Amino acid sequence: MSSTTILAARHSAVTESSGVRRLLITAALLFLLMFLLLPLISVFFEALRNGVHTYVDALTEPDAVAAIKLTLLASGIAVPLNLVFGVAAAWAVAKFEFRGKALLVTLIDLPFSVSPVVSGLIYVLMFGASGWAAGWMADTNIQIIFALPGIVLATIFVTFPFVARELIPLMQEQGTDDEQAALSLGASGWQTFWYITLPNVRWGLLYGVLLCNARAMGEFGAVSVVSGHIRGETNTMPLHVEILYNEYNFAAAFAMASVLASLALLTLGLKTLLEARHGDSLAKGQKH
Amino acid sequence: MNITLKNINKQFGQFHALSSIDLHVESGELIALLGPSGSGKTTLLRIIAGLEFANGGAVYFGGEDVAATPLRKRQIGFVFQHYALFKHMTVRDNVSFGLRIRKGDARPSKSDIRQRADELLELVQLSGLGDRYPHQLSGGQRQRVALARALAIEPKVLLLDEPFGALDAKVRKELRHWLRELHQKTGVTTLFVTHDQEEALELADRVVIMSGGKIAQIGSVDEVYEQPASPMVFDFLGSTNRIPVERHGNHLVIGTDKIAIYEGDHTGHGTVYVRPGDLRVASPDDVGLDAIVRNVQRTGPIVRATVAINSTGQLVYVEMPHLHHDVQHLLPQQSLRLRLMQYSVYDAENTPDGEDAPEPVLIGRERLRLA
Repeated sequence: MSSTTILAARHSAVTESSGVRRLLITAALLFLLMFLLLPLISVFFEALRNGVHTYVDALTEPDAVAAIKLTLLASGIAVPLNLVFGVAAAWAVAKFEFRGKALLVTLIDLPFSVSPVVSGLIYVLMFGASGWAAGWMADTNIQIIFALPGIVLATIFVTFPFVARELIPLMQEQGTDDEQAALSLGASGWQTFWYITLPNVRWGLLYGVLLCNARAMGEFGAVSVVSGHIRGETNTMPLHVEILYNEYNFAAAFAMASVLASLALLTLGLKTLLEARHGDSLAKGQKH
Repeated sequence: MNITLKNINKQFGQFHALSSIDLHVESGELIALLGPSGSGKTTLLRIIAGLEFANGGAVYFGGEDVAATPLRKRQIGFVFQHYALFKHMTVRDNVSFGLRIRKGDARPSKSDIRQRADELLELVQLSGLGDRYPHQLSGGQRQRVALARALAIEPKVLLLDEPFGALDAKVRKELRHWLRELHQKTGVTTLFVTHDQEEALELADRVVIMSGGKIAQIGSVDEVYEQPASPMVFDFLGSTNRIPVERHGNHLVIGTDKIAIYEGDHTGHGTVYVRPGDLRVASPDDVGLDAIVRNVQRTGPIVRATVAINSTGQLVYVEMPHLHHDVQHLLPQQSLRLRLMQYSVYDAENTPDGEDAPEPVLIGRERLRLA
């Protein structure tokens, strides 16, 4: 036996034989190809099947533009609000001891465990025509359900955990020494938050915001219940895809879907970049 | 700035972290809070800083009660065990943080801030590293940045929590010397927490030894080392031989050996505490403790021997410098007579172990053997 084969034999002691390895890798790749990559490619393929012209037309048609605008607007409101709520909740949980902390942590996770459809229904029950707040809404002439506020509320509810969930373990791991040091140097609470706490969690925060945004733009269930599906008014991009599909307008449906898919791919790319560059300043073991 | 603590009490739930702590620190003193883990020393330091609040008692800075003064207004420099440097800031920005966040007239000009930061970096011997980030520095360098940052706000009091705890032995020694020099230069009242008796004895003007949330002894390095107030203090400050003795008037008797006389005139059981380094070889016609050498080991400059007392069989540890003229007697199976050069005698520890067991009392101490 030559020395190289002995070496190879020793390598195989800590890993599988090369045949098994190849088999496993091939199986995993095939699975990924069939269930993830092929459908993704088919989205773009179907979208462009009738030519670029049809594709552009489908996206520039007024209802489509309205759907894109609405989605951007709804997540443009929901994501910053969740950023603020998420940071506040994480700050409270990670840096202070108080009664009911465990309950708060559980509540933050609630949207993950509740079906999005139920989340939507909650708002219909509260703000719908026969809901709890119906009288008040009639008096003030504010419409929530089947309008932008309802869509924003549902989106906030569903995407609430992303920022907080990302920040809590990170902040807990970092402890409060840095904040105490800043305070001892004469910094005010606000200065401490702005100059110390926030920079310490900035990559984790960005990571949470990215995931939050991806989910906010793609949310279907909860928004579907509260939106009312009024074309050109309360249709978000995912809802628009559904409507077009149900009308057998496949090219347009896939065109819109391809935009959503591109947004998802962009998010994924940014997320991977963040993990590669700043993986050590993200929360460990909490990846979604 | 002098500091006075009056009757400080601190509880965490049912646990008494500190009970009735009274302490006065003179302006410019360098004080060590020394004790085993759980003795309350860090809690005490944090209460002085304002990071923690006492359940009872008062803290005075220069005669003024600081109970209502929050951490950020106490003008203390606090150095954390793990440095707590701001990772996203350069060393210079870390050092100047306390100046940069000041508002209005209190805030120096940009060029002044930069100059002050560079002066401080020079003081802590880190000139030229101002543009680095904390992760590019060694542990010892980080600790010095933390100190420079604390000094930047010209604190009235400098508080250090286990400042060298996370460093390796060699760096720790260097930093000790350096901190001592720095203290002489700046003259800031300084308190530091440590569990390392060597560190405390080497650095501090006075040592506050803590145990179980109480102050066991306060004194100069010489006082606590040579006149330990309790067996706990004696034990904590270094390795210890405990030998049961009988006291007859002013004689101490171990087995059949009459070893010395001491200053008291108690009678009954007692325990002699003697450090391995305070035992020497006596000439055969001196009084002393007859023993036989069991084994000898040299570790660097110190020779350590284990000897058995002839009359009781108890093993006793002896240490001496390897060039000492007594070392020649330390051969296995060699019989010799030991002199107890310096020791403490406490009441026999016949009280059961427990929180309410009274500490045995120091009843005698002798520097020289008397015939």
